[in-house]
Amino acid sequence: MWMDSPNWVTFGTWVAALLTLGIMSFLYKDNKVYKFCEAVFIGISAGYWFVSYFWQTLLPRLGDPLVAGAKSFFSGSPIWGSLVLFIPLGLGVMMLLRLIPKTGWLSRWPLAFVVGYTAGLRLITFLQSNAMTQLQNSVQPVVRYDAAGGFLAWESFNILLVTVGTFAGLFYFFFSKEHKGAFGRVARLGTWFLMITFGAAFGYTVMGRMSLLIGRLDFLLADWLKVIG
Amino acid sequence: MSRRISRIIVFSLIFGGIACCVHSGAALAQSPDAAVRPPQNVRAIDTRGDEGGSITVMWDLSPDDYDGTAEAVTVIGYEIMRAESPGGPFASVGFASAGATRFADASTHDGTDYYYQVTASTSSGGPVSPVIGPVRSSPQWFNVNRANVFIIGIILSMSIIFYIASARRGKKLFIRRIAGLEAVQEAIGRATEMGRPILYIPGIQDMDDVQTVAGVTILGYVARTIAEYDTKIEVPTSRSIVMSTARETIKAAYIAAGRPDAYSDDAVHYVTDEQFGYVAAVDGIMVRDKPATCFYMGAFFAESLIMAETGNSIGAIQIAGTAMPAQLPFFVAACDYTLIGEELFAASAYLSNEPKQLGSLKGQDVGKSIAMLAIATGVILFTLHQVTRVQWFMDAGNWFKDLFLLN
Repeated sequence: MWMDSPNWVTFGTWVAALLTLGIMSFLYKDNKVYKFCEAVFIGISAGYWFVSYFWQTLLPRLGDPLVAGAKSFFSGSPIWGSLVLFIPLGLGVMMLLRLIPKTGWLSRWPLAFVVGYTAGLRLITFLQSNAMTQLQNSVQPVVRYDAAGGFLAWESFNILLVTVGTFAGLFYFFFSKEHKGAFGRVARLGTWFLMITFGAAFGYTVMGRMSLLIGRLDFLLADWLKVIG
Repeated sequence: MSRRISRIIVFSLIFGGIACCVHSGAALAQSPDAAVRPPQNVRAIDTRGDEGGSITVMWDLSPDDYDGTAEAVTVIGYEIMRAESPGGPFASVGFASAGATRFADASTHDGTDYYYQVTASTSSGGPVSPVIGPVRSSPQWFNVNRANVFIIGIILSMSIIFYIASARRGKKLFIRRIAGLEAVQEAIGRATEMGRPILYIPGIQDMDDVQTVAGVTILGYVARTIAEYDTKIEVPTSRSIVMSTARETIKAAYIAAGRPDAYSDDAVHYVTDEQFGYVAAVDGIMVRDKPATCFYMGAFFAESLIMAETGNSIGAIQIAGTAMPAQLPFFVAACDYTLIGEELFAASAYLSNEPKQLGSLKGQDVGKSIAMLAIATGVILFTLHQVTRVQWFMDAGNWFKDLFLLN
């Protein structure tokens, strides 16, 4: 492929490096170079996603099966499996009717369909993963002994902490009761647990972001400028 | 001399060869593989609660399966063989490791008769179980393995329906104060006074994410207030369906506020599906249009801190809400108010004060009460077992825990 030739690879590296610097220039202030890089990034990515959706979703999941169904129909084979494809096709066409002012109201139907099925489908998913699995994992003895009957203090403390944190967190997320008195104090304890968790997550994620920055600097210094090995 | 030596060599080779043959024959007769027994009690059934296309084969372990001592390791696994007639030919459809007692053959055609054999595999082949069958796979309407999910879902739904009905009958349902939402009015008022726009980001996920649905619902409330105050709003989206939904929501809000003439489709525009391309565009909008208020309501990923920091740098009042645990710390750090997790979903009920939404929220609180009660019961049973060593507590705890087991 001509794109694999060394000259083109070098050219690609230069373009990527200059665009990286252009985007990074935003750290100083908004400027014309940033605006140019932003427009290039948005335009290319929007075009890329359109092509990607067309070839990876629309065609293989709707276009090709419909064509295969049409072929089956004309050859006299059963096409019941293909008939269901007319539902997404119809909903898709209804979405496009937004472009015509008189029929624009029809686009609300596919939107209602998407929001409705989301609510129904996610209810079960959330019930399973966010409620039942967590509930299962929360059910543990808050005191632990080893096989010889010795008290495992540190392990017991850990489990007790998790259990208290779970209850306090659940108290915080009660909306139909005012956070006052003893209830309020437990809910406030829940806030503490949440904030400590957020603090730990913050530190953990910042480290992840640092690795992204290092990756980009590595590209600039090694692949582009070749000042490091 | 040399002839004697050559005779000795020839005799040595002959007797050595014979001795080797005798020894290796004896070794072959004593090979553990030859004595391996096949798996016992092999049976096959249509896989329960599936959409068809699967048969589950079960067996009792071969007596020569791994029993914890190194010398006894003879069976290395079980090969599952399948045929469409009892006489064969049988072909392998899968392999289960030693110690396994079941295998789901997910390559069957519904309505076809299948026959199975299970081989206890060793390093040199292995004995085969008797042929069993015929067995057919078929789809089921209900997944009985998930009956517990169904029952819990029904209980939750019933409690929600009950409270919605109560609210509709006029019963006053209390919802506690949510600090972040009380700031919404103040934030919109600030933008109106300053004559600057409001930026609303409904997350970067599509409408099949409940957080986006919640974000767009809150957008409806914000848009209605904006229509009343005649403030400008800008909603860049990263998904085309979110753009369409947001336009419909804002349009409905403007009509409800009696200002349909003030609505313009230009308030909501699609940018790109690409995560960081979207962020670059939003950052650009922030520094150029300098919105007085930024809302971030929906599902966010790595872009959360980039946007919130840029919003902070332009001095905007910022209100965020998300249920993404990894992004909440950034919003808490960089925004003025943050709706944490379920507060995002409670927000629309709190803001609208509609009986339907208030009842739904109250019903969810019942679900949380049940969850707390269940955790407390399980914890007490297992703790009592640890303290008293009474087996009954352990059995009861395990039974209770299995009520929430996902098969």
